[in-house]
Amino acid sequence: MEFLRPTTWDEALAAKADRPGAMPIQGGTDVMVEINFDVRRPEALLDLTRVPELRTWSLEDGRYRVGAAVSYTTIIEELSGPLPGLAQASRTVGSPQIRNRGSVGGNLGAASPAGDSHPPLLAAGAVIEVESRDGGVRMIPAHEFYLGVKRSALRPDELIRAVHLEAATGPQYFSKVGTRNAMVIAVCSFAVALHPGERRVGTGLGSAAPTPRRALEAEEFLRRELDWSARLDPAVLKRFGELCARAASPIDDVRGTADYRRHAIGVMARRTLTWAWNDYRGRRAA
Amino acid sequence: MRVTFTVNGREECADDVWEGESLLYVLRERVGLPGSKNACEQGECGSCTVYLDGTPVCACLVAAGQAEGRQVRTVEGLAEGDRLDPVQEAFVESGAVQCGFCTPGLIVQTHDLLERVDRPSDAEIREALAGNLCRCTGYEKILDAVRLAAERKAATR
Repeated sequence: MEFLRPTTWDEALAAKADRPGAMPIQGGTDVMVEINFDVRRPEALLDLTRVPELRTWSLEDGRYRVGAAVSYTTIIEELSGPLPGLAQASRTVGSPQIRNRGSVGGNLGAASPAGDSHPPLLAAGAVIEVESRDGGVRMIPAHEFYLGVKRSALRPDELIRAVHLEAATGPQYFSKVGTRNAMVIAVCSFAVALHPGERRVGTGLGSAAPTPRRALEAEEFLRRELDWSARLDPAVLKRFGELCARAASPIDDVRGTADYRRHAIGVMARRTLTWAWNDYRGRRAA
Repeated sequence: MRVTFTVNGREECADDVWEGESLLYVLRERVGLPGSKNACEQGECGSCTVYLDGTPVCACLVAAGQAEGRQVRTVEGLAEGDRLDPVQEAFVESGAVQCGFCTPGLIVQTHDLLERVDRPSDAEIREALAGNLCRCTGYEKILDAVRLAAERKAATR
């Protein structure tokens, strides 16, 4: 195995172009587990911790550009206001030690259906900035990024540079089911984001299908049926939960059964929409 | 490969380090600091918690090469000579140590908490220590120890 240590973004792109088999490593919270357990033996490790720009975020024209290596801890401490859904999901990642190292870029690179950041990225309509030396920059909408279990649209010579998100224009919520409140890989998870300007509600399902995905039918239903000036109609809420559950295509595994996941997605969809709606309507949930 | 980094204020150099090796392995097997414990190797248990450039991390999830040129502080680096750190003292006095395997990680993580928060609430303590598992399940005494250390540190401020 080789250990590559670029110190600039261009050096990192060159290293990846020359060695497409090199495994990028940032916080190591996924990659090192696979190496420690002999699940993976990449031909090289491409250490990105020496490329400082990846750890920074910026605000450009109301859009947040979050560097791929910005830690969950930083997102929680600095971006909870403008990116509440992503910050809530970040709080549920692992433990403080893991949140100090783990990043959204790493979550995207691993592309696990259970990754905590995916549902809020989908609900908020995030765009992922990837780049290669020879192919240049590609901006990939989150909902086109996930292709299969641990497979993404990232090409072998590309690296993830940043995630772009609009500052929230309405309430956003994330919910996750697990056996305890910390150190939990999601049994399943759900994110909702209200976009009042567009009269639209975004959704994201986690750990409930081969990839993180939106509940498109449910979003379309709300676009038709939701009255933005009224209380949330219980019939609409119920139907929303059903449609979100129907969007799931989960499996039975060690963390839970498919039936349980489908049920839980419906429950979380109703709860998170209720919380978001209460905020939007200026009320606090009891 | 060769890895050179600073551990507890001293420059250390390890040779013939395998590229996939963890910082934890280098600390325990090459630098001779077995305080950080090797248990789960997947970041689940917190027994290997060390400071990396001032931030608590699981040493088992840091590739050795990532520590090149960095500052590492382990549980061995908390005491000043024979004088234990207040967190260590509090763990001893509160009976917060049973088999002792989780203790070093808990002490480093508690040390960080009390550097950041003067008088943490129980909820803050639980949140800070959520990634440190005690298989003896001695959590009540551990919480006692953190509260005691917090009081003492606050009193000396």
